[in-house]
Amino acid sequence: MSALIEIDRLSKRFGAFTAVDDVSFRVAKGEVLGFLGPNGAGKSTTMKMLAGFVTPSSGTARICGEDVVDRPVTAKRHLGYLPEGAPTYPEMTVAAFLGFAARVRGFRGSEARDRVAHAMHLTTLEGVRLQPIETLSKGFKRRVGLAQSLLHDPPVLVLDEPTDGLDPNQKHEVRKLIAQMAPEKAIIISTHILEEVSAICTRAIVIAHGKILADATPAELAYRGPSLEAVFRDLTMPREHV
Amino acid sequence: MGATFTVARRELAGYFATPVAYVFIVIFLVMSGALTFTLGNFFTRGTADLSPFFNFVPWLFLFLVPALTMRLWAEERRLGTIELLLTLPLAQWQAVLGKFLAAWAFCAIALVLTFPLVITVNYLGNPDNGVIAAGYAGCLLVAGAFLAVGAAISALTKNQVIAFVLTVAVCFLFTAAGSPVVTEFLSVRLPVLVEIARGISITERLGGFSRGVVTLRDLVFFASFIGFWLFANAVVVDHRKAD
Repeated sequence: MSALIEIDRLSKRFGAFTAVDDVSFRVAKGEVLGFLGPNGAGKSTTMKMLAGFVTPSSGTARICGEDVVDRPVTAKRHLGYLPEGAPTYPEMTVAAFLGFAARVRGFRGSEARDRVAHAMHLTTLEGVRLQPIETLSKGFKRRVGLAQSLLHDPPVLVLDEPTDGLDPNQKHEVRKLIAQMAPEKAIIISTHILEEVSAICTRAIVIAHGKILADATPAELAYRGPSLEAVFRDLTMPREHV
Repeated sequence: MGATFTVARRELAGYFATPVAYVFIVIFLVMSGALTFTLGNFFTRGTADLSPFFNFVPWLFLFLVPALTMRLWAEERRLGTIELLLTLPLAQWQAVLGKFLAAWAFCAIALVLTFPLVITVNYLGNPDNGVIAAGYAGCLLVAGAFLAVGAAISALTKNQVIAFVLTVAVCFLFTAAGSPVVTEFLSVRLPVLVEIARGISITERLGGFSRGVVTLRDLVFFASFIGFWLFANAVVVDHRKAD
């Protein structure tokens, strides 16, 4: 099976600091990849490069075979991306914001309306469709960002901390939604929450200091130590602190 | 082009969703009217034209346009929405152009709302409405030039106050370059620079428009001025988007 996401020797340096160091991996259709690592490990930078927001210092990434550096606009058409913190325009209503995203993606008229309605249905936003986003709670804002990334039913989904700030019920809903879509898509989610990885991911990559430290299924990772937490600490903490 | 207009439409709606639009328009209308009637001696000069109004508009734009552009990119960076905007399937120049067009359309709306002046001058006398139309076109081009400068500077910084002050300074440079104070000073000290100063002066270009003379040279000047700053804007956005 061909990979929908290919990360090819990707590096990003900020001055003397190397945020991402020669990272390569592939994600195939049907996989949900959990991207794990401590803060500042390079998770978000890798995702930003994949989404075409940060320009790589070297290497490249391909989405559905389209190079994100050489053909950014085409690559982005196949991508649904939820940036870290789920930024949205605060003064817009939910419906206006999603309508804007739909029109930028080239949907017009009734098709745009259907897409927006469907995305709001998936993320249960119908009740707040005419509210300005700034008046919504953190959980709703996160779901607005998620709805935006699902709008065009993309084959590739990159979600940076999709369940951050949600209450347990909402987390459950989002995980259910991701699990539902998983067979048809290649999905990367970054998270701090290890239970989330065992719950929805088919594969986990642990990254620290810009390097991949482990690439295995959650079960295999957990098998390496007493618990997934212990394995994670063991992998990502500097040796002298262990 | 579709994505450009979608971005422009969202931006323009954004102005009216906040008090920014209303404050801008009200202040612009009050100030332009007041200056025209008081300092401009609209009634006592005894000529049915709008040249006092056209003389003040660039100076009003000098302070009001940077207030409009300071948030253009700085706000996107502050909110993090720049990451959203630039990961949607649109080219960076489309985002740059869309934002510029929205701000320009907004200035056009503000100018259109000064129509009572046109009615007044037509009621009082028989002005040359062609000259008035040319004057408005010139004002719109000045607004476009300032907006292009302001948008590029807004992309440079997250801080809106810095964006505002720098934009006023740069626009002032281009406005004052052709004024008698500057040219007389230069003709004594550095005569070589006089022609250059007049060449880059926006007021110098506007002079023709407010006399009703629209030349290709002036149009090319504004087009290349706006084009240059928009290009700089795209370059800056590309370089600093993720900082």
